[in-house]
Amino acid sequence: MNPLPVLVGKAVRIASRLRGGGSALPGLVVERLDPGFMARALSTLPRGVVVVSGTNGKTTTTKMVVELLEGQGLRVFTNRTGSNFTRGVAAALLGEVDWRGRLTADVAVLELDEAHAVHFVKLVPPRFSLLLNVLRDQLDRFGEIDATTRLLERIALATTGTVVLNREDPRVAGIASSVTAADVVYFGLDESLRSTFPNDDELRGAAGTAPASALPADVVLRSVDGNSAEFEADGAVTRTDLRLRGVYNIFNAAAALAAARTVMAGTADDDGLYASLAAVEPAFGRGESLVVDGLPLELVLVKNPSGFRLGLKSFDPAGCATMIAINDNYADGRDMSWLWDVDFDSLGLGGVEMVSGVRAYDMALRLKYDDVRVGAVETDIPDGLKQFIGCSAGRPKRIFCTYTAMLAVRRELSKITKVEVVS
Amino acid sequence: MTDAPSASHLSEAPADPAKGTLRILQLYPREMNIYGDYGNVLVLKQRLAWRGYGAEILEHNAGDAFPADIDVIIGGGGQDSGQVVIQDDLQSIAPRLRELAEDGTPMLLICGLYQLFGREFRTHDGTVIPGIGVLDLETRGGTERLIGNVVATSEEFGDIHGYENHSGQTFLGEGVTPLATVVKGAGNNAEEKHEGARYRNIVASYLHGSLLPKNPAIADFLLRSAAERKFGSFDAAGLDDSLADLARSHAAERPR
Repeated sequence: MNPLPVLVGKAVRIASRLRGGGSALPGLVVERLDPGFMARALSTLPRGVVVVSGTNGKTTTTKMVVELLEGQGLRVFTNRTGSNFTRGVAAALLGEVDWRGRLTADVAVLELDEAHAVHFVKLVPPRFSLLLNVLRDQLDRFGEIDATTRLLERIALATTGTVVLNREDPRVAGIASSVTAADVVYFGLDESLRSTFPNDDELRGAAGTAPASALPADVVLRSVDGNSAEFEADGAVTRTDLRLRGVYNIFNAAAALAAARTVMAGTADDDGLYASLAAVEPAFGRGESLVVDGLPLELVLVKNPSGFRLGLKSFDPAGCATMIAINDNYADGRDMSWLWDVDFDSLGLGGVEMVSGVRAYDMALRLKYDDVRVGAVETDIPDGLKQFIGCSAGRPKRIFCTYTAMLAVRRELSKITKVEVVS
Repeated sequence: MTDAPSASHLSEAPADPAKGTLRILQLYPREMNIYGDYGNVLVLKQRLAWRGYGAEILEHNAGDAFPADIDVIIGGGGQDSGQVVIQDDLQSIAPRLRELAEDGTPMLLICGLYQLFGREFRTHDGTVIPGIGVLDLETRGGTERLIGNVVATSEEFGDIHGYENHSGQTFLGEGVTPLATVVKGAGNNAEEKHEGARYRNIVASYLHGSLLPKNPAIADFLLRSAAERKFGSFDAAGLDDSLADLARSHAAERPR
């Protein structure tokens, strides 16, 4: 084989990192020079490839699966940049392979955007797939939620070993009926928790009206109490404290446990899994806590109605200064209608000190209709952030932000505090 | 329970005892509410409250008895699968809806229900889904999906700002007039450069986003029509719409 494309790709990767540029460009270069590079590098892994997809929680869940498997002694390759397009995987691979394009790992755990996953699985059929949920998100890209479901179905159909599905989401659970080649395993929720995680049909109108799932689940989230949770697997209930913030991450922990147990194929050390789970830190921008002026500043990524609702529910606004930053770039979704599927009553007491981002005025208008006080509106994120920090001295801070707004906020914050560089 | 406000939560007595309460009905909030259509209901309720009127929000879902004494009707967009679920129920309440429309009841119909209030929807494979024929228009399923920011202009409401996302292309008959002329985007179909439809007190449109927050002129038209029918007059006391104006001007600068 010709090592040249790998070497060129590695060189581009180093060059673009020096320039602080995008993480996907080197992936593009190697894809062009050597289209078979990715499939070759990933096809020889002893435990194959795990694809993680779904609307919400991909990044954090992927991080959990990686750390759970590492805790079991596996060497794991992953795309931790959040660059979840095929090209991002190729770029991440370039950083890990040797000059001949070989990867030293037991398993790859990859987060993939729903649409890109379909392209990816054609090149690299995964041994395992973990499908989390289908919620209204980026309908400007996908058209309908049912169309998104069909994308996830194609991932499941390309999976050669086991598909791990969320039994509480009827669209995801329904995929099982079309899977013939692979085995199906579920993760689920205790009956008492189902209304905490409404599926898309329950966003408006009657909640929890769907009959409880009779499907057997490998791992069930039994209860949540603050940042501690009980999971049931093989009939044993285990209580674990978690560093992850947000109830949505705790349900995804059940997903990650089920996926890790599946990859370990009956050889998992469950105590080890729970110990690893307890140590998982939030992924960047997903409930990530930074320090500004000696006080915590939390970043909460919000991308769609269910994510924003769960974000508001997970983080108590009392005593905290709040900022919201909404962009409408391609990666955020151009359509602002989703803001109207979120209720902001919980912010009514303290108000919102700063609303920023390209669509700040759409957000401010949304808050006005929920009678939530808005301190100031500044569409420019660096200016908005500066004003926010200035006016909320002495208080812990929280910023809810869309994806590209989060990148902008982190970039600004890195000038004044320690922000982990993710590349 | 979820965080979704229930109908009772949205019932509010008039703050000004001299003013009455309008009853607003949302059609099929479960199936036909994909693009924040609830925002349209919230805007009507709040604009009434801020002016001292009461608002009562009711829901009609498939299988429910159709409520009496409705002053405003709001219908939203759904997925193809949602439209199938409501089809029979919609046909069963069609005579009542037709009567209310002819009688001047203000209605806002967005996307999916805009299409179904027409005569028919002819899908791409030739299947004909009957509409309820309140509006003289028909829709043909297309292969291309029309998606993006829209600016359209109308004599009645000025510039209208919203977002479209539909594959059905709607063609108007003689019995309705276009709501607006498209300045940016596609609108009813890829050919004619007009958006939405007007008939009596009905405003029908493909634009969500939601439509009413950034287009208070349309919200106030619906409220004025309803209040004048019910109370003989409408106290349109000025509300501060400066945030809506700014949201409109920023939206107008965004790419398609």
